[in-house]
Amino acid sequence: MNKLPLPLMEPIMANNPVTLHVLGICSALAVTTSVSTSLVMSGALIFVLTLSNVSISLIRNHIPPTIRLIIQITIIASLVIVVDQLLQAYWFSMSKRLSVFVGLIVTNCIVLGRAEAYAMKNPPLRSFQDGLGNGLGYSLILVIVGTFRELLGAGTLFGAPIFITESDGGWFTPIGLMSLPPSAFFLLGLVVWWVRNRHPEQVEPAQVPAEEGAQK
Amino acid sequence: MSSPLTWWRSFLALPNDHPGKIIGMAFTVAAIASFFVSLTAVTLQPLRDANRERASKAGMLTIIEQLGVKAPEARFVELSSGKYVKKDSGIWRQVPPSRDPARIGQLEDVATVYEVRNGEALSLVILPVRGKGYKSTLKGFLALEGDINTVAAVKFHDHDETPGFGAKIENDSWTERWQGREVADNNGTIRIEVVKGRAKGIHEVDGISGATRTGGGISKLMRFWLGPDGYGPYLDRLRRGDAS
Repeated sequence: MNKLPLPLMEPIMANNPVTLHVLGICSALAVTTSVSTSLVMSGALIFVLTLSNVSISLIRNHIPPTIRLIIQITIIASLVIVVDQLLQAYWFSMSKRLSVFVGLIVTNCIVLGRAEAYAMKNPPLRSFQDGLGNGLGYSLILVIVGTFRELLGAGTLFGAPIFITESDGGWFTPIGLMSLPPSAFFLLGLVVWWVRNRHPEQVEPAQVPAEEGAQK
Repeated sequence: MSSPLTWWRSFLALPNDHPGKIIGMAFTVAAIASFFVSLTAVTLQPLRDANRERASKAGMLTIIEQLGVKAPEARFVELSSGKYVKKDSGIWRQVPPSRDPARIGQLEDVATVYEVRNGEALSLVILPVRGKGYKSTLKGFLALEGDINTVAAVKFHDHDETPGFGAKIENDSWTERWQGREVADNNGTIRIEVVKGRAKGIHEVDGISGATRTGGGISKLMRFWLGPDGYGPYLDRLRRGDAS
């Protein structure tokens, strides 16, 4: 595991874009009702993120600073359209389930964030690793949240029954809250708590000191 | 001397804050990006269209499968006259709110209906219907038997109603209750209705508890589509056996 390059490994656990920077949580709420949608969304994001990182890194020395955000977004938006079209053509039912959220990858802060923070300053290969690493970090969180939501909300995984629900004659009462967006917040909060418990250095200093806050 | 390659090199050698470089880079990136977008959009167009087409007919395909009938023939019908036409004019018109109980907003001049015939005799007609439910537009198909009155099947394939309540309209256990209902009474008045609770008459269908407004929406859309602004003129022609 130590042989893997740092730009790839770091964002998966220690420097995860979702749990540390709390980026990209819009889609983490919307598409995590099941494992399969979480996985496909992750794949789409990895595709966009790695290719945008590589292409921006390739031309980084020729991007005029005044229009750099426009150029980055042009590249990202084109990649998003391409991946959306591919899904609509080859996996129509999945693209209907993901509805607008594949298109909304263009507004996912992880993609523009990595372009601006990493790909603009680093060579293509390392930018590729950084993109893949951050994509996998995002995927890991999505799959964790998706697994819990599908299992507790419907008693299934990948659509196959794991806990037999009461309506099918089993013992399991599905937790309706789990299929609603707020449950993703709760699960995400638990994951962030667990990660920061293991990496206490990630805990942000309180912005208002406790005593001062109490007096107000 | 100024071959395209040397010209390109001197362009790249320009400082990044040079106006020519800024405009040139913007155009180059936009051109390359739009090339890839157009390439995928154009090459995948047939596949996407086929997928949409299949999705829009999903309800009808299920009806055909469930009833076990042979493949129906698609026909274009001009709604105002009820006559068959050769092709779809593609014209849609705004429906005035006072005549739009199903809240569809826009209505096509020419609709596609599906007929199943045994020889000359009509045995099944499948009509696409749509209208507002509780919080989404419901799209589905209504299949009538050869008497143009008895419901053979109903299927809603596209909606976004509340899961667990209105969304039950897609379940077979509910749509089966439509079978054998009659849409109009002896005077030809459209009577079909989704009622609250248990259905009593031949024109009533059991409502889904907790989904009163979805049921109400379905009553309204059925009456609209079977009425004079919907397929009414066409169905009258079929009843008279005037299939021209």
